[in-house]
Amino acid sequence: MTEFTPFASAIGGTMIGLSAALLLWSHGKIAGISGIVGGLLGRPRAGDTSWRVSFVAGLVLTGVVASLLSPGSMQVGIERTVGALAVAGLLVGFGTRLGSGCTSGHGVCGISRLSVRSVIATLLFTVFGAAVVYVVQHVLGGRL
Amino acid sequence: MKSAAVKSQLFAFAAGSLFAIGLVVSGMTQPAKVIGFLDVFGSWDPSLIVVMAAAILTYTPLFWRISGRSMPLFAAQYLIPTKRSIDTRLVLGAAVFGVGWGLAGVCPGPALVSSGSGAPYMLIFTTCMLLGMLLHAAFESLVARTQNARGDSAVSDP
Repeated sequence: MTEFTPFASAIGGTMIGLSAALLLWSHGKIAGISGIVGGLLGRPRAGDTSWRVSFVAGLVLTGVVASLLSPGSMQVGIERTVGALAVAGLLVGFGTRLGSGCTSGHGVCGISRLSVRSVIATLLFTVFGAAVVYVVQHVLGGRL
Repeated sequence: MKSAAVKSQLFAFAAGSLFAIGLVVSGMTQPAKVIGFLDVFGSWDPSLIVVMAAAILTYTPLFWRISGRSMPLFAAQYLIPTKRSIDTRLVLGAAVFGVGWGLAGVCPGPALVSSGSGAPYMLIFTTCMLLGMLLHAAFESLVARTQNARGDSAVSDP
């Protein structure tokens, strides 16, 4: 469906690793996106919100600039019904908070810290993701 | 004092921005590429594993070096998870997240970055993702309240 882009992936991945190191060095925090955003919802702790807001602002504003400079870099490339997207969003939001992390917190930062919890979580969400994609692409014919 | 507070926010903003650029450069802001990675029985696109490997290889030595310092630039201490147990929440949460990830090809980082494009696909997903996080916060406070209630009654019982 999409082409393997090893060079761009290696450069981008290195930047993600550097970003996580920058956040640890400056604020002493783990760069897990679901944790950073989740800490702003519900009942945020006083004095623990401003760095989260700044980090998320960096994510979103850079996204706005990138989509203006290079619209192709944000191409969706697949189609999903509104219902499927809503269910997917709810599951990702609830699941990442229940499991204490997502692709960045468990996948990148946790594995780097040699956390067994994170290795297990990463294996689990990858296997479940692949299983769902198998069903959608090869049983339902890519329509959802 | 004031300039340190501004500087601290600039560092957090820069980290978020660099994270976003990394996701954009690596193509992870395109759901089709994520689905391509998860589609191991189709025309597999291994890009995501290269992104993760490069991020891990970069972060690992820096993590150990930085966390060995006495304290961060703008905080009193390093906040690094200490939990070790493999509990139901971890397993269930990871599985639920995986299902949602496979349905849409979007995880939290790319969701926020790509929402900047204004694409309805991303806006719908991200709104519901934030809603899911709020639901989780409500769920946890409900669990805590029930446990407290139970604890109280146990104490008051003769």
